Amino acid sequence: MSDTQTMHYLNQTTGIWSWLKTLDHKRIGLMYLFTVLIFFLVGGVFALLIRWNLFYPNHGFVEANTYNKFFTYHGAIMVFLVIIPAIPATLGNFMLPLLVGAKDVAFPRLNLFSYYLFVLGALIALASLFFGGADTGWTFYTPYSIRASSSMIFVVLGAFVAGFSSILTALNFIITIHKLRAPGLTLGRLPLFCWAVYATSIIQILATPVLAITLLLLVFEQVFKIGIFDPKLGGDAVLFQHFFWFYSHPAVYIMILPAMGVISEVVPVFSRKPIFGYKAIAMSSFGIALVAFIVWGHHLFVSGQSELANFIFSLLTMSVAVPTGVKVFSWLATMYKGSIHFNAPFLYVLGFLELFSIGGLTGVFLATLALDVHLTDTYFVVAHFHFVMVGGAIMGFFSGLHYWYPKICGKMYSEKSALIAFVLIIIGFNVTFFPQFILGAQGMPRRYWTYLPEFTLLNQISTVGSWMLGIGFVYVVYYLLRDLKKGEKATANPWRALTLEWQTTSPPPTENFVKTPVVTEWPYEYRE
Amino acid sequence: MSLPIAATDVAVMWDHLYWFLVWLSVFFFVLVVGTMIYFVIKYRHQKKQKPVFITGNHTLEVIWSIVPLLLVLIVFVWGYVVYRKMIHAPPNSLEVRVIGKQWLWQFQYEDGKTTVNELFVPVNQPVKLIMSSEDVIHSFFVPDFRVKQDVVPGMYTSIWFEPTVPGRHQIFCAEYCGTSHSQMLADLYVLSEGDWAQWKAGKKLNLKTSRISMSNVPSPTLAEQGKKLMLQKGCVACHSDDGSPRPGPTYKNLFNSKVELANGQVVIADENYLRESIETPQAKLVKGFGPLMPTFRGIVSEEEINAIIAYIKSLK
Ligand code: HEC
Ligand SMILES: [Cu+2]
Ligand SMILES: [Cu+2]
Repeated sequence: MSDTQTMHYLNQTTGIWSWLKTLDHKRIGLMYLFTVLIFFLVGGVFALLIRWNLFYPNHGFVEANTYNKFFTYHGAIMVFLVIIPAIPATLGNFMLPLLVGAKDVAFPRLNLFSYYLFVLGALIALASLFFGGADTGWTFYTPYSIRASSSMIFVVLGAFVAGFSSILTALNFIITIHKLRAPGLTLGRLPLFCWAVYATSIIQILATPVLAITLLLLVFEQVFKIGIFDPKLGGDAVLFQHFFWFYSHPAVYIMILPAMGVISEVVPVFSRKPIFGYKAIAMSSFGIALVAFIVWGHHLFVSGQSELANFIFSLLTMSVAVPTGVKVFSWLATMYKGSIHFNAPFLYVLGFLELFSIGGLTGVFLATLALDVHLTDTYFVVAHFHFVMVGGAIMGFFSGLHYWYPKICGKMYSEKSALIAFVLIIIGFNVTFFPQFILGAQGMPRRYWTYLPEFTLLNQISTVGSWMLGIGFVYVVYYLLRDLKKGEKATANPWRALTLEWQTTSPPPTENFVKTPVVTEWPYEYRE
Repeated sequence: MSLPIAATDVAVMWDHLYWFLVWLSVFFFVLVVGTMIYFVIKYRHQKKQKPVFITGNHTLEVIWSIVPLLLVLIVFVWGYVVYRKMIHAPPNSLEVRVIGKQWLWQFQYEDGKTTVNELFVPVNQPVKLIMSSEDVIHSFFVPDFRVKQDVVPGMYTSIWFEPTVPGRHQIFCAEYCGTSHSQMLADLYVLSEGDWAQWKAGKKLNLKTSRISMSNVPSPTLAEQGKKLMLQKGCVACHSDDGSPRPGPTYKNLFNSKVELANGQVVIADENYLRESIETPQAKLVKGFGPLMPTFRGIVSEEEINAIIAYIKSLK
């Protein structure tokens, strides 16, 4: 990585402290990336253990209590420590200032503080492992969670602390977008990734405090027995679910919107054509952010919620189809009459479209009242949200990771390795999760340590798929690390893209641009 | 995607909607992914093919906003229509009370029988389950009927079905409830008319998998058990069942009547109201009465509350 000829953010200062105390958004982004990848590995190991236990009915690879902890940690780690920070905190941190032509984010110190809050939250959550381990599921439903082992408190407090990290990061991003844009970069010329991060940040600022309060109430309930959530104390068991999903439904969009932002950048660059429907794509991010707050009740259709509430939440949820449809169709239209290059970032766009279509369409099943009654709490739901979260968020993340890899490290990754990994991942993913739709439709409930013999075959297919998926992910991390040394040197703009980050050197200097760039046209002016 | 057998008329309606949506989804999937594949092949980078500068098209954008909206609205309405059928039990339904506990299902029948992990119902007759939980949230799920409902501590929820296929059907717990969640299974036996008569008479049934052996000893009905409990728990000191005045309101004609509260509100005395009146009497004070009644939360068990309410229901 070190390059003696030119100075850039990686070699300007050296030594561990120059990293741990850095205020450079790029280095902070990389520290997030490193941290998130470690948690991705840990969460992934839990996933493989879950799948292996389900290889046979009554397998007994681990006992039920251990299994219940596996899926709790798998879910909590993947949601709170991987997918939520994956794109905003890593690629967002690194790219947002570059994309708007700024030297850094608005508040660099706050940015570093957010990182340490995140690490602190993660450590608190994982400390629970030394106190017996939590087994509540990542959803912490009451009253089970109140009566469960008190190690649950650590996980909850960890999520609470990590939540503040994402609030502060979001604040930083919004102010950066408002205040630090380069001359000429009007809002109408803002790259779509920035719009997506903007919309995401709004959700984070508005929704995360609700999660924080809810989690705190949960701790109070367990420690002081105040009687809000526990019917034995006169509380309301379902109230928690309302609070929880009031955050956690918008959180779904916190996970997916930034991925959509990445896709919107990658599609025009590799189609050599302007993005189709710039305004509609930008607005649809805000459309999604708005609806995000009024659909949480679709998680409670069989919880005892009133018929009227179910009616309204089902209707509102359906409206999500419009802004998501707008995005998908606009990306397709961008490819129309383009000149398409099949580099890895674009391959992941194709993967995204395949998986996200399935994830989105099965979402309509679950939004439909009658259908949800049978399908909810089965493997159908598990499959659905993996198609959306992994298929959507992780595909977008990998697309962005490859797209910006040359900028981040000044080296090119190997396209050949990337293709192999992509094929493994896309096949592995479909083999793992598609059978789970069928399992769910047939009635296999989720969070089951064992199952009826008739579900065996599909579970075994799913487990075999998880191995392919696992190998694919590990291989990506492997060649990306390998090519830090072995990769060809990257030029400033290997993809011939028009956004500002490509106008500076790869890797960029510490303050990003030697001369503040001036913007004279929108970033999708591809005329060849 | 294959489904379990559809053992009620509602399940058949459910299946129609499901397959409609499956095919609609296949159509859109092929539309999106097919178009994608076609475009990336046709417009792959070639020397002689120059990309065209296009930034948008309003007509297209309006079409692809409105068409999906209309389609999902149709699905929404259809889903709601079937859902209404799923949740509104016919008034003549046979009632069975279900209690979920870590990790078993208990069933209380009107005639006083109690079974564990085996539920017996007649074929072609609507059955309504009135469900509650003794500890954490469970969920009562019968895939063959396409019905599921959470079973929540501190309140009643209900579910109904009219089975058309005699034989054994699987019951699952679908809401994570701890260690043995995946083993909180039960069997639902739909009995033919003859078998149902046998069951009601307390005769042994000839079912291969069932573990239940009935005895002929007549047991008190659920309502009679409730009447006895009222005596044991001292409710009779404050409540009468014939309309005569006592410190508390009478139970006579109470069920499903309109109750005027001290704060002027009017509520219907359904199962959940009665339950709340017993567990948290001060939450809804009846007009004209003082806050005399002590709470019975934790003093009467789930089974006992069910019996007491069955008794109050019988006083119509
Ligand atoms: C000390 C007297 C007292 C005892 C003992 C008592 N209650 Fe009550 N109960 C009242 C009074 C007074 C009210 C009306 C005020 C209120 O709503 O709390 C009432 C109200 C009710 C109601 C609502 C009636 C309505 O018309 O809406 C129900 C149901 C009820 N009690 C059931 C019971 C049961 C079951 C028991 C025994 C387990 C019981 N009560 C024991 C005094 C008593
Ligand atoms: Cu949701
Ligand atoms: Cu359960």
